[in-house]
Amino acid sequence: MGKTIAEKVIGEHAGREVSAGDLVIARVDIAAVQDGTGPLAVDQIEKLGFRTLKNPSNAVLFIDHAAPSPRRELSNAHMKLREFASRTGAVLSEVGEGIIHQRLVESWVSPGDLLIGADSHSCTSGALGAFATGMGSTDVAIGMALGKTWLRVPQTFQIQVNGRLPVGVYSKDLILYLIGLLRADGATYKALEFVGETITGFSLDSRLVLSNMAVEAGAKTGLCEADEKTESFLRERGRGDRFRRIKSDPGATFERIVEIDASHIQPMVAVPHTVDNVRTVSEAAGKKIDQAFIGTCTNGRLEDLRIAAKILEGKHRHPHTRLIICPASRDVSLAASREGFLDVLVEAGGAVMAPGCGACVGVHEGILGDGEVCLSTANRNFKGRMGNPEGFVYLSSPATAAYSAIKGEIADPREVLG
Amino acid sequence: MRLRGKAWKFGDNISTDLICPGRYFHLRSNLPELAKHVLEDADPEFAQKMSQGDLVVGGRNFGCGSSREHAPTIMKIAGVSAVLAKSFARIFYRNGINVGLPLLECDTSKIDEGDELEVDPASGKVLNVTKRIELASRPLPQAMINILNDGGLVAHITKHGDFYVNGP
Repeated sequence: MGKTIAEKVIGEHAGREVSAGDLVIARVDIAAVQDGTGPLAVDQIEKLGFRTLKNPSNAVLFIDHAAPSPRRELSNAHMKLREFASRTGAVLSEVGEGIIHQRLVESWVSPGDLLIGADSHSCTSGALGAFATGMGSTDVAIGMALGKTWLRVPQTFQIQVNGRLPVGVYSKDLILYLIGLLRADGATYKALEFVGETITGFSLDSRLVLSNMAVEAGAKTGLCEADEKTESFLRERGRGDRFRRIKSDPGATFERIVEIDASHIQPMVAVPHTVDNVRTVSEAAGKKIDQAFIGTCTNGRLEDLRIAAKILEGKHRHPHTRLIICPASRDVSLAASREGFLDVLVEAGGAVMAPGCGACVGVHEGILGDGEVCLSTANRNFKGRMGNPEGFVYLSSPATAAYSAIKGEIADPREVLG
Repeated sequence: MRLRGKAWKFGDNISTDLICPGRYFHLRSNLPELAKHVLEDADPEFAQKMSQGDLVVGGRNFGCGSSREHAPTIMKIAGVSAVLAKSFARIFYRNGINVGLPLLECDTSKIDEGDELEVDPASGKVLNVTKRIELASRPLPQAMINILNDGGLVAHITKHGDFYVNGP
């Protein structure tokens, strides 16, 4: 019988053929935590009395949520992670290296891997054809120590996207549209699988946006097929030998198939306070914004900074709108610098932050004031998300955020790109 | 294990940001202090108002968002005995059981704030004592009952030395 990508990858790690609904113990290739969830994972490993890790070189601790540290308590939490890494041989990704999900695809994940991460957006790595999912600190701690976890094999929703996205419309708009369709809990416990000519045509940077936001529809992971583009992505990072082709078999069972015509998608905006509360940009246009934020594990990659620079070149942010730029990793930051994008963004009035999660998680670097509005390229607009329950977070593509920063209000980027 | 307490009612999509706000990120190394802010952005007075053993009752997609295990952990530290909701987000569901906080899916529209509830997590029996009605709940998967009965995932692994979720 044909298997889905999720069934294939989990089956390989469970050592037997599996089908959706099975509960299995599976081998874990990569276990990752960040500075918000890692200290608790370290505590749990100590409580359990584990002195060694199954595979320390694939147990990775990322300092990204509060990097550099804005407070003494967090500096101490970082010290705990550094001490744990040096004691166990786990890998530490330091301040300035970048966000867990971007760093994982740059340096660790290969198609067919099974990854668990103590961060809900761990589904991002699914864009490389890996089964990657978010869990809590204790689950990931045990994954690091024992090299395995328990999983229910998910049913798959196959999202078939065909046609060409119009100018000014990006993978972010597509995924916001899809989440509006499925709703915030429409894919709970399911795997999303993105296929079709639109996805095949996407760069890895664009595919990562889709996988990243799968969890915003409740999904366990967001998978893309591993193809020639995946191979080039790995080869460019010195890991071409880790490539293998992966896709669902003909005749695989999908619980639901969703067909989308990409040519009909418009720039989308998620309005407060849920991600599935989506509007077209024309419906949201005119809303004054105090801050525009371009970055995060959703849209802080090179392609995103390129489009932001293209729109902001020779322009300036609106005097009433702050512009915060945060590259997703050091590699992204260096590439954006070499290509001149950072110069353009700084000249346009942007404040460029060290690679990391930045303002997205409400810890530092752009906390909103009471009643303030931010247009962000992140994946979440929950109440309180950017550090203040009295703030309002809207979500969009980097193009919409960049153009809106110039206008001082939510605006349609097709006005300049069309 | 039979739990009894008063219902505190919340709506749909109660995110882990509402349960455990990001602005208290620095308190994650001090869980008793963090627990004083439990559910603060959904109801600023909740931590002061609730009593030990009370139940949190939500709508759809309870616990959506971030994987922070601190969210169910501080609910447990604050004294919440169980959470009932129409549905739970996946990571929160797993985390709740891992930290030993019983979670049950049932039709919470038949519960009002202040109702006295009695819950048996193993059998999935939910009784609205105030309204004298029994609510059908979706039973937890056996694997999760095994973890919950051991007192959470750390206790489960300590007891068995490995995953023993499929039981004997």
